[in-house]
Amino acid sequence: MDQDPQVSTLIQAVEQANSPLAMLTAVRSLAAVRHPDAIPTLIEVLGFNNPGAAVTAVEGLAALGSDAVLPLLKQLDDHNYGARAWAIRALADIGDPRALAVLLDAATADFALSVRRAAARGLGNLTWTQLPEAEIPEAQVHAVTALLQATHDSEWIVRYAAVAGLQMLAQKLSPAQGDRRKVIQQRLEQLLADDPVASIQARSQLALSKLG
Amino acid sequence: MSSASSFENSGLSSASAGVCTLSLEQAIEYLRGSDLSLRVYAAWWLGRFRIDDIRAVAALSEALADEDDRTVAGGYPLRRSAARALGKLGNQSAVSALMSSLGCSDFHVREAAAQSLGILGAQESIAKLTELLKNEVAGTEASLEEPELIQPYDAVLEALGALGASAAVPVIETFLQHPVERVQYAAARALYQLSETASAARQYGDFLIQALSHQKLQLRRAALADLGAIGYLPAAGAIASALAENSLKLIALKGLLEKQLEQSEGDFLCEESVKVMQMMDALL
Repeated sequence: MDQDPQVSTLIQAVEQANSPLAMLTAVRSLAAVRHPDAIPTLIEVLGFNNPGAAVTAVEGLAALGSDAVLPLLKQLDDHNYGARAWAIRALADIGDPRALAVLLDAATADFALSVRRAAARGLGNLTWTQLPEAEIPEAQVHAVTALLQATHDSEWIVRYAAVAGLQMLAQKLSPAQGDRRKVIQQRLEQLLADDPVASIQARSQLALSKLG
Repeated sequence: MSSASSFENSGLSSASAGVCTLSLEQAIEYLRGSDLSLRVYAAWWLGRFRIDDIRAVAALSEALADEDDRTVAGGYPLRRSAARALGKLGNQSAVSALMSSLGCSDFHVREAAAQSLGILGAQESIAKLTELLKNEVAGTEASLEEPELIQPYDAVLEALGALGASAAVPVIETFLQHPVERVQYAAARALYQLSETASAARQYGDFLIQALSHQKLQLRRAALADLGAIGYLPAAGAIASALAENSLKLIALKGLLEKQLEQSEGDFLCEESVKVMQMMDALL
């Protein structure tokens, strides 16, 4: 496939960057063109252990939206949890429901807490209307179930992300899901009363106040 | 200062209960046994699972005087593990043995002892910690890794701040100019905690905000940990936009949020708290 010459030059600049700062600058320029040809390189950057560059690459991928979803899903790195966390973060930002299965699994079963955290937020941020209408109710039930499970995670930050995710999800549930909404509110009230971490209690109360 | 490299653990603590196979009796037997690797493991295990039992505290305190486990360079690995574990157990009867360890020749034993004394809230250790800061304790050797560190200054400063050692303020102030930046940050953190008024404390919080834009990632991480520990609310925006891992920024913001929650007594949704939570949400 022929690459856009301008994009090729920018990709080269990323490949040849020889310092963290040069990398950051090169990734910034590559992300800024918002060209689909940049996607594979932006995904590679997620594995470079350069947080500044990774944040920029995630923003670039998120801006490319649905074009980036399949490459992100295909290139998920099973061996590098740092890269996986950034990729899940990009998928979470995009909110495309094709990522649902990956997010369900990552939120509840990934060994890395940064991956579980990003996935929990992602489950709250899905754009459900991109699914065929008939599939929405079942898919939403799966998301609610996974997030409720994530509120029992041993890591506070995963529980925090699950609460934030539940709030977002509850606000988007189809009207037919009134019972799910109720279950979410009950769980949030439990966390407000019982979670040993004050930040989780506060975030649960904030979520409850938004759900009215 | 907490090590930034261990922030991302597996999070499998409930699933990995297989590690928790020792019993208290077995651990103490290992600790007093002759197999050095089992002794170190038993000390770690007692701390990891916070086995607060007087027999465990006694065995660990004995281990602080161990002479068998030595590195080539003269370090005392078992003593280091035991000193760390005693902080985790939270038992006051460990205080006098830990205070003796502040005079150990091994830099890392003194470091672990200072940290544990701070965690235990051991007011009686303030004088000895201050002597260490002034480098007045005989027979103590510098760090092998960082020879300019004659004492574990950051750990000692952190402990003095946590213990409310206001008499040590003049000595602590001299460390704001220490050549090792991490030590400067620890001094600022302690001075923030020891300031009598919020307006006097502000300069130290602002000093740590400046540190968030240091060129070295390792130092930005240190500043994040310090700002989280003091819960300095005006740092929220700078923390959120610092160039560092989101995981560390979230931990720091949690420190700010919980300080704020403490001060607003039961009102979880005051304006400042909600703002910090919004910043945390954006980092998830």
